[in-house]
Amino acid sequence: MSAAFLIEQLLNGVQLGVMLFLMAAGLTLVFGVMGLINLAHGSLYMTGAFFCAWIAGETGSFWLGLAGGLVAAAAAGALIEILVIRRLYDRDHLDQVLATFALILIFSELMRLIFGDRPLYLDIPGLLSGAVPLPGGGGYPAYRLAIIGVGLAAAVGLYLLIARTRLGMRIRAGESDREMIGALGVDIRTLYTAVFALGAGLAGLAGGLVGALQSVQVGMGEPVLILAFVVIIIGGIGSVKGALVGAVLVGVTDTLGRVFLPQFFGLFLPASEATSVGASLAAMAIYLLMAGVLAFRPRGLFPVDV
Amino acid sequence: MSREALVNALLALALLGAPLIAAAQDEPFYVALASRVAILALAGVGLNFALGTGGMVSFGHAAFFGLGGYVAGVAALHAFEGSPFFAWPFEIGGSESMVVIWLVALAVSALAALAIGAGSLRTSGVYFIMITLAFAQMIYYLAVSLPAYGGEDGLSIYIRSTLPLVDSDDPLTFFLVCYALLLLALFLVHRLVDSRFGAALQCARMNPLRLATLGIAPFPVKLAAFTFSAMLTGLAGALYAELNGFVSPAMLSWHRSGEIIVFVILGGVGRLFGPVAGAALFILLEAFVGGWTDRWQLVLGGILLAVVLFARGGVIGLLAGKARHD
Repeated sequence: MSAAFLIEQLLNGVQLGVMLFLMAAGLTLVFGVMGLINLAHGSLYMTGAFFCAWIAGETGSFWLGLAGGLVAAAAAGALIEILVIRRLYDRDHLDQVLATFALILIFSELMRLIFGDRPLYLDIPGLLSGAVPLPGGGGYPAYRLAIIGVGLAAAVGLYLLIARTRLGMRIRAGESDREMIGALGVDIRTLYTAVFALGAGLAGLAGGLVGALQSVQVGMGEPVLILAFVVIIIGGIGSVKGALVGAVLVGVTDTLGRVFLPQFFGLFLPASEATSVGASLAAMAIYLLMAGVLAFRPRGLFPVDV
Repeated sequence: MSREALVNALLALALLGAPLIAAAQDEPFYVALASRVAILALAGVGLNFALGTGGMVSFGHAAFFGLGGYVAGVAALHAFEGSPFFAWPFEIGGSESMVVIWLVALAVSALAALAIGAGSLRTSGVYFIMITLAFAQMIYYLAVSLPAYGGEDGLSIYIRSTLPLVDSDDPLTFFLVCYALLLLALFLVHRLVDSRFGAALQCARMNPLRLATLGIAPFPVKLAAFTFSAMLTGLAGALYAELNGFVSPAMLSWHRSGEIIVFVILGGVGRLFGPVAGAALFILLEAFVGGWTDRWQLVLGGILLAVVLFARGGVIGLLAGKARHD
């Protein structure tokens, strides 16, 4: 096994990780600030992907599509926040789970109504269609490297937003004491809508970016949503830093598990059995990782005091 | 007779009467529909005990439902092929006896629930919801990656397993069997809720610290309740696989977990007949709105939203008023 292969797989893992971070950041912000579990986050990701693929198909410009997907997801997020989500902040988690489950059903059908039953496809933009040479031979798709770049830029941007701006200050204040910041004259309803739209926009961005790597179809959001939940549980619910660390951990574990576990079992099992045992263990690896983390740190790696 | 008892009795009679009339009119479709309602209601009764009585919001009950289903599927496969399930250290083959399959399904779900519960009950709130979901996903992926048992395509059950004395292949008989099991489960839950154990469980939901100061550790109480709840749902899974003649990883998927939660909430959380009302309403909507438009999930989503936002007691709450101890 060559070093280039290992680097390639590691990069794949990191790429999956930053995608998951874009999803998990919104989930964890919404939970940290509003105390809400949002199962419909995957639907916002799907909305971003659909609008990105559709706009890119109509205009021929991937970048317009990506911007459109982000805006569409943020707008959809703001809309459901105003219509539905804000009635759920005072409810228990059970009501939130059920209501956002209902939103998933509604979103999925709406996407089918608007864009039809068939999946959409999105081409990688010409600028990024090449490969970047890796040390030790071989190449790595430039588009995937660009995704890693965008994800890391989003992480830095989110950090600056939360740590350095007035909006970020209000978000942090909302996390620690929502009555007090309301009493200080901050319009908390608008703040919540803004936070929700921000998370939705990040999910839409992730959806648009992934749309060029896989087909854009109804139901694409749910597998990612569940991985994103694993990420925020590992990282500590409410912590953006935890989401980043958890996302990269999950991405790398999942990717390397899928590549190396079947090979590992191949050392002492017959080939066909090794593939199936390895594949099933690889599919379970991140859940085992989560169970392991929770056994030692029941509130995640970076617990937030709520 | 209280108003809730009257509503419950009417529901039980309606669920029994509808398939009897359908069978008399020679409409096997509606008999099968009633069997679906009874089986899914049983799954919901299981979850309702953990969720409503014990306050444990499990988002992974599809794990037990699917495990029960796979018990039926695997037993039928090995009985059909005449091959052993495993041959060492002692040989266990398939089975064509429904009672054996039920017992194995109960045992397998109990073991899984003990393991999952022991891991999950250390946490609470949103962590508990997500961890039960994650464990269910693990079992889902395990089923997907087992080519011997159909992998992603699932397993067909060609011959329904048999019961002593009655013909389990007859749709009405099969319905009556499911219905009897549902009533038995409802009776058990009813007795358990009012027992010493039930009192401890409700106290564990409302105030675990107080329960602990009374000298009862909450953890074993919750674990026992979680396990009992999973066993009922697992039994329902075995029946469901036999009804459809088919089991696949879809029975383990998180959508299924969501659906079972929907039955419970639609009917009324913590109400004895809540899951029966919820499952009946859900299946009827699916059958009739689904027959009328392809977009039935849109309608379902709207109804669910309306129930969560505006009708918090569910169907039973609407018909029978608030629960006595709310």
